[in-house]
Amino acid sequence: MLADFFQYDFLRYTFLTGLLIGVIAPLLGTFIVVRRLSLIADALSHVTLAGIAFGLMAEKKFGLMIGPLYSGMAFSVLGSILIEKLRSVYKAYQELAIPIILSGGVGLSVIFISVADGFNTDLFNYLFGSVSAVSQNDFLMILAIAIFVILVVVLFYKELFTLSFDEEHATISGLHSKRIHLLFIVLTALVIAASIRIVGVLLVSALMTLPVAASMRLAKGFKQMMLLSILFGELSVIIGLISGYYLSIPPGGTIVMVSIIILLIAIGIKRIKIRV
Amino acid sequence: MEYPAVTMKNVSYAYENKTVLDQINFEVPKGAFMGVVGPNGGGKTTLIKLILGLLKPDQGSINIFNENVDKLQDRNKIGFVSQKANAFNKGFPATVYEVVSSGLTATIGYFKFFNKTHKDKILHAIDQVGMLEYAYENIGNLSGGQQQRIFIARALVSDPDLIILDEPTVGIDYENVKRFYELLNQLHQKQHKTLLLVTHDTGTMTEYATDIVCLNKTLHFHGKPEEYTSLTEKDLSQFYGHPVNIVSHNH
Repeated sequence: MLADFFQYDFLRYTFLTGLLIGVIAPLLGTFIVVRRLSLIADALSHVTLAGIAFGLMAEKKFGLMIGPLYSGMAFSVLGSILIEKLRSVYKAYQELAIPIILSGGVGLSVIFISVADGFNTDLFNYLFGSVSAVSQNDFLMILAIAIFVILVVVLFYKELFTLSFDEEHATISGLHSKRIHLLFIVLTALVIAASIRIVGVLLVSALMTLPVAASMRLAKGFKQMMLLSILFGELSVIIGLISGYYLSIPPGGTIVMVSIIILLIAIGIKRIKIRV
Repeated sequence: MEYPAVTMKNVSYAYENKTVLDQINFEVPKGAFMGVVGPNGGGKTTLIKLILGLLKPDQGSINIFNENVDKLQDRNKIGFVSQKANAFNKGFPATVYEVVSSGLTATIGYFKFFNKTHKDKILHAIDQVGMLEYAYENIGNLSGGQQQRIFIARALVSDPDLIILDEPTVGIDYENVKRFYELLNQLHQKQHKTLLLVTHDTGTMTEYATDIVCLNKTLHFHGKPEEYTSLTEKDLSQFYGHPVNIVSHNH
């Protein structure tokens, strides 16, 4: 079954990219979920869409070859910084930042898309993911992002954990909570931009949260939960990509459905455990 | 010369236009076990936040071991235990060991990892609060009293000289409150920690504290527990601004 994925270049890059995001999306997702920031991932993915639409428009209308991956990444990172600014403006209603940024992202996307007179298939791929969208250049860029993200998480693991568990205590003990948080949000933006090729704008937050939701039911402790989330993330990506390819369905859909099946099994196992 | 753990000089603080603390002067001597009591809204939590550096005084100065709190280099000198047994997210998937290890994060510093010495320290702190057998359990599975012991361990792990506790026994049943105070007493007597404890539970606290202050916008009382317990209800009503029943746990 896997033979095609090794035979054709474009499939190989898709597969390898899938393996990378199967690690980094749940890795950051663990922190996102426990900090109750799941919706931020959604907001950022829509901002990324605006960036992608901008890149495609620039290419079609003005012949600027920025590359949608790069413009998407730039928008995502800018969006993440903007969310933090908004959260400090609305201190008592921090979640307001999310609909503001999300709708802003969609609004901009619509404008860029219509200025470019629509993009047809390309855009569909960005919404739901694609098995054939990853070029060698994309793959190398995503590889660089993955290495960077994993390195930063390993280096700052104890700070990220401390901040996630108890922000007040982290601040009192002298950690630079705000700066660490900003670093974390920027990392999230990068991971979202990197994941969109495979899972698509609409489903990228699912790959960051569903594996975590499943492992939360089973794991003992935070590190175990993180490792289990990555395992579930990889399983979802591998099964989802292969089945998506053979069934001619965008992989975003199949990956998310596999994640949901894993989640249901995890909930079932926990039930049985409790009964025994 | 031994400096006091905390020195407050003419400290005032107001939220918007409402003065919460007015010209507070007092010291927490090194090695003391000081209880802070007072009515709700009397400024107890504000006082703690000022000492922790979370708020800045409008007036006056606060020193921790003779260093201004803003410029305090070594923040590990202070350990803090909040009302977390009620407030923290009980579903948080972390083991006792992981929670206590977070107390060392700032001490170890950026770009460094936990080593064998740190691991021993973490286990030692868990042992000190009598929770070693639960070290690898999820903290959410423990009772409120047990969780509060874990938060003490988190405060202890960086070996602070001063431990500040903000109503740590709220929501914990009487038997466990007693055990909790025994633990504090041990830290005070055997390890010579300075303790600053904000509480409503004056009955049990007066059995262990060495000093008591009563706070209601200004400092209304500062003295020994014997003096505090010998106050009449009339005196106390004056401090609190309303009638007070002294709750005794000597049963």
